[in-house]
Amino acid sequence: MTADVFSFEHVSVGDDAGHWRLHEAVGAIPDCGVTAIVGPSGSGKSTLLRCCNRLEAVSRGVVRFRGVDVATIEPLSLRRRVGMVFQRPTPFAGTGRDNLRVAAPDLSDDQAADLLAEVRLDASFLDRDAMRLSGGEAQRLCLARSLAAEPEVLLMDEVTSSVDPGTRVALEELARTCAGRGVRVLWVTHDFAQARRIAEHALVVLAGRIAHAAAVADLETDAPPDVRAFLREGSDAE
Amino acid sequence: MPSDIEWPELAASLVLVAVAVALSMVRSLRLERTILWASARAAVQLLLVGFALEAVFDRTIAWSWAWVFAMVAFAADTVRRRAPEVPGVMMLSLVAFGAAAVVTLGVLFGLSVFPLEPQTLIPLAGMMVGNAMTATVLVARRVLEELRDKRDEVEARLALGLPSAEAAQPYVRAALRTALIPQIETTKSVGLVFLPGAMTGLILAGVDPLDAVRVQIAVMYLVLGSVATTVTIVGLGVQRRLFTADHRLTVPARPAD
Repeated sequence: MTADVFSFEHVSVGDDAGHWRLHEAVGAIPDCGVTAIVGPSGSGKSTLLRCCNRLEAVSRGVVRFRGVDVATIEPLSLRRRVGMVFQRPTPFAGTGRDNLRVAAPDLSDDQAADLLAEVRLDASFLDRDAMRLSGGEAQRLCLARSLAAEPEVLLMDEVTSSVDPGTRVALEELARTCAGRGVRVLWVTHDFAQARRIAEHALVVLAGRIAHAAAVADLETDAPPDVRAFLREGSDAE
Repeated sequence: MPSDIEWPELAASLVLVAVAVALSMVRSLRLERTILWASARAAVQLLLVGFALEAVFDRTIAWSWAWVFAMVAFAADTVRRRAPEVPGVMMLSLVAFGAAAVVTLGVLFGLSVFPLEPQTLIPLAGMMVGNAMTATVLVARRVLEELRDKRDEVEARLALGLPSAEAAQPYVRAALRTALIPQIETTKSVGLVFLPGAMTGLILAGVDPLDAVRVQIAVMYLVLGSVATTVTIVGLGVQRRLFTADHRLTVPARPAD
């Protein structure tokens, strides 16, 4: 069990009225480079991701991070170990440097420039107004900002949904680069083709539950009918 | 010459209400009934307050304090009704008005700026609560709206491991500034753009203008101090209520249009 980065034990998230965004989700994120969490819009995949850094509270069940119940981990230290990049770019007011220093206040200019280089932005972005960047540039800055905290795991929540195709490819490559350096990446997407491009493993989330989990190459083998139907829709859309 | 309006003079001032009604009729504004109702209601309300004040002024200062507590409770309830979407705003307002009263009235009476008597306590407390109430509604709504509108940014800060107070700081600061700036602007322009009520009232009552000005300056500082105190307490209090102990933002999503 402890070999998994995250495990979900009968996890439900919802309100008292019985509207469940996640319902009895059971599964695990293995300790491998990139794991894709795929599913249609509104299926609960972002909620599952947000349970991993406690931006979302679990109503029932247990989420474990490397075998430890996340509810017992101090949330601020958990979030520094488990970084997150959001669907919409979220630059903060100020320069690129200011943004990086929110995550790492003691960051030197050299270290900041190295971080920008990792996400393929040049050092001039240190002094650029973050609120005036393009969507793609802002999203890269947000990724650099998350990396500044030196996380063990990176949660990436549909990060390519509001960027241009060039940035999408760059972000996919950056996810692979992070994985190559030992950072575990959880990549949420509704696009199965994208999951196939970048992930080794995938969880399929349908209607608030983890419907299937397997190595990406074997995902369609032994998949239940509803998962097959979803994967086929994704393939047809390509 | 000090003005001393008796009932006949007051009745004569009704001509001005008639002017308003006439203008409404000439321009077909259909506001005649509303104007008459508002004028009658204002007169009745103020007369009732006048009789009540006379009764309170004749009694011990404890009655005046009771009046102040009632004003604070009424103001807090008004804030709750005007900002119903803000959780726990009534209790926060009560605490804030209480703190502002301790600070401002404590300074004014503690340092003998005014003598502590019913004739000073009730009007000063009234001005303090009245001005603070408007600013309180504004700041409570602004904090909620800022955190709701900037929810993505706030969560991005939380996701970097920032505690909720730090994650909310830029947005709450903006809300506090928005609520305080009108009062600062009013303080700046007083005397140039308008003559404030307390001073006008004193001059009409025959007080020497410079004496009236000194009172007005003290009142302006009272209002500024009370608004700053209540805005800060309510702003930070609303912020605390919008986060959980484990640093999650609980701002409800904006209702769909």
